Amino acid sequence: MPLLELVNLDVGFDTPEGEVHAVNELNFSIEAGEALAIVGESGAGKTQSMMAVMGLLADNGHVSGQALFNGNDLLSMGAGELNQHRGSQIAMIFQDPMTSLNPYLSIEKQMIEVVMHHQGLDRAEAHAKAVEMLRAVRIPDPERRIGQYPHEFSGGMRQRAMVAMGLLCEPDLLIADEPTTALDVTVQAQIGHLMSELRQTSNTAIILITHDLGVVAGLCDRVLVMYAGEVVEWGSVEQIYYQPLHPYTRGLLESVPRLDQPDDAVLHAIPGNPPNLLALPDGCKFRDRCPKAHDACREEPPIRQGGEGHSYRCFLERTDE
Amino acid sequence: MLRHALGRLLGVLPTLLMLITVAFFLMRVAPGGPFDSEKALPPEIEANLNAKYHLDESLAQQYFRYLGQIAVLDFGPSFQYKDWTVNELIAQGFPVSLTVGLLAMTLAFGVGTLLGITAALRQNTGVDYSLMGLAMLGISIPNFVIAPLLILLLAVYAGWLPAGGWDGGFASMVLPVVTLSLPVTAYVARLTRGSMIEVLNSNFIRTARAKGLPEIVVIRRHALKPALLPVISFMGPATAGMISGSVVIERIFSIPGLGSYFVQGALNRDYTLVMGVVVFYGVLIIILNFIVDLIYAWLNPKIRYDEKR
Repeated sequence: MPLLELVNLDVGFDTPEGEVHAVNELNFSIEAGEALAIVGESGAGKTQSMMAVMGLLADNGHVSGQALFNGNDLLSMGAGELNQHRGSQIAMIFQDPMTSLNPYLSIEKQMIEVVMHHQGLDRAEAHAKAVEMLRAVRIPDPERRIGQYPHEFSGGMRQRAMVAMGLLCEPDLLIADEPTTALDVTVQAQIGHLMSELRQTSNTAIILITHDLGVVAGLCDRVLVMYAGEVVEWGSVEQIYYQPLHPYTRGLLESVPRLDQPDDAVLHAIPGNPPNLLALPDGCKFRDRCPKAHDACREEPPIRQGGEGHSYRCFLERTDE
Repeated sequence: MLRHALGRLLGVLPTLLMLITVAFFLMRVAPGGPFDSEKALPPEIEANLNAKYHLDESLAQQYFRYLGQIAVLDFGPSFQYKDWTVNELIAQGFPVSLTVGLLAMTLAFGVGTLLGITAALRQNTGVDYSLMGLAMLGISIPNFVIAPLLILLLAVYAGWLPAGGWDGGFASMVLPVVTLSLPVTAYVARLTRGSMIEVLNSNFIRTARAKGLPEIVVIRRHALKPALLPVISFMGPATAGMISGSVVIERIFSIPGLGSYFVQGALNRDYTLVMGVVVFYGVLIIILNFIVDLIYAWLNPKIRYDEKR
C-alpha cells in the first residue's frame, strides 16, 4: 500500500468572478521513503493540492476526491482525527520562513508544543528533543538560540528551524513547499542536504514542491510536472531531464539558465501565460503556448506511455529525435 | 528596561510644560474674568480681589508664579468654590470618576474582546452580522440618548436601579458604568474582530494548524496575543477618556465626578481649577500611555527592550 495516494483530487475556489479550478483530477502515489518533486509555474496547483491534503485550504476552497494516507482518507476525516496525523505523521514546511513562524512566541515554545501535544512528552523532555533537533539542522549554539524569537534568526536559520519543527515527531511524510525559494544559494544547498540526510536516516518520504529544477535533480527520485491544475508528465528524474516528452516540460527545461552557453545567448522563455483558471479551455490546456499545437489539440489529449513509469498527456507520439 | 522607563519619564517633562503653557494662555485669551458678573463690582473690591489672587500682576509674572506652584504640586485656591483649594476639589471628584471609569474600562475591554473574537470565529455568519450590527449601533448612538433610555427602562419602569445619585454602592454605579462603557465596548468588539480575522489568515496560524494542534489551542496560544495588540494601544487613550470623567454621564446621573468641575470651571473662568484639572489629566494620560507601552512591549517581543544593553 502506498504511503499517500491521491485519487481524482479536485480543488476549487469560489470567488466573486466564479469558480477557480486550481487542481483537476490529480492522481499520484508516493511510497514510504520516496522523494517526489512537483514542478510547474506559479498557479499550476502544486501548493493548493498539498494544502488540500493537509486540510489547510482557505475558507472559500473546496476539495473532492480522496487522499489516502496509509489507506485512510484524510479528506473525509473530522478535525480531531486529521489533527492526529497532521504534525505527527505528516509535516509541512511552508514557502515563506519570514512569516510562517509566530513572531510572538519563542522558538522553544513553537517547537515543544508539537511533541508535547503529539507524543505527550513533558516540558523538559520536549526541550531536550527540540535542542537536539536544532543541533541536527546546524543551528549554532542551540541551547541559547532556542530561547530566542523568530526576528532574532536570519532567514536561513528560520527555515532550518521550520524544518526542525517539522521533523520533531519523525513524520512518515514531509511536504516541503518551496523550502529554499526565499533563501540564498549556500543556504539552499544546506537545506537540500538536510532533507536528503533525513531520508537516509529516518526513511521519511518527501514531497518537494518547487520550480527550481536544480534542487529537484539532487534530491528526488520522481518528478510530476503540473500545468494549469493538471499533471502533464510524470516519470523518474532521469526520464524527465533527459527525455522530456511533453512540450511544456521541454519548455521548462530549456528555460533554465546555463553557464555553458555563450554570454550573448538569449534565455529561452515559454511564450504567453498560463490559461485563466476561471475558464479553462477544452482540450489541451497548453495548446495556446505550444510550439507543436495543431487542430487535434482541441480535444482532450490522451495519456501516453513514454517508458517504464514515464507518462505524458499529449497527442504527440514519442519520436526518438 | 529601567533605564528606558526613566528616560521616557524625563522625556515627558517638556510635553507637560507645553501643555501647561498653552492651557494657561488660552484661558487668559478667553474674554471675561473670574469675578465678572451681571452686576459690576465696585472698583475697590475688584482691585482687592485681583490683588489677593495676583491677577494684578503682569501675565508673565503670573505664569512663572503658577509654574513655581505646580513644581510643589500646589494648584492654588479655586476662584469659584471659595474655601476650596483645587487640590481638594480634585481629591474629592477624582475617586468617583476613577471608580466609574475603571469599571467601565474593564467591562468594555472584557465584553468587547469576547464579542469581537466570537464574531471573528463565526465570520460572515448570522452571529457575526448581528454582533457587528449591534456594535455599529453602540458606536453611533450617543451617550445622552442611551442614558435616558436606560434610566427609563431599568429605573423608572422596572424599578431595579436608582435613576441617579451616588452613594458609592453597587446599584448606583450600574447605569453610569454601563452607559459609559457601551460605545467603547462596541468599538473594541469591532477592532478585535478585524485584527483577529487578519491574524487568523496569517501564515503562522497556518503553520500552527499544520502542526495538528486543536483549533482552540491555535487561537489561545497563537492568535490571541497578536489580535489583542491593536486593542491594547486603543485602550490607553480610551481609558484616560473614561476615568477623567464624562461630563454628560456625570450630569445625567448626578454623579459628583471631576468632569463636571472641569466644565463649570471653564464656564466660570475659574483659572486655577481649569489649569489644575488640565495638568492632572495631562499627567494621567501620560502615565496611562506609559503603562500601555509597557504592556505592549511585554506582549510583542520585537519591541521588548533589551535588558542586557
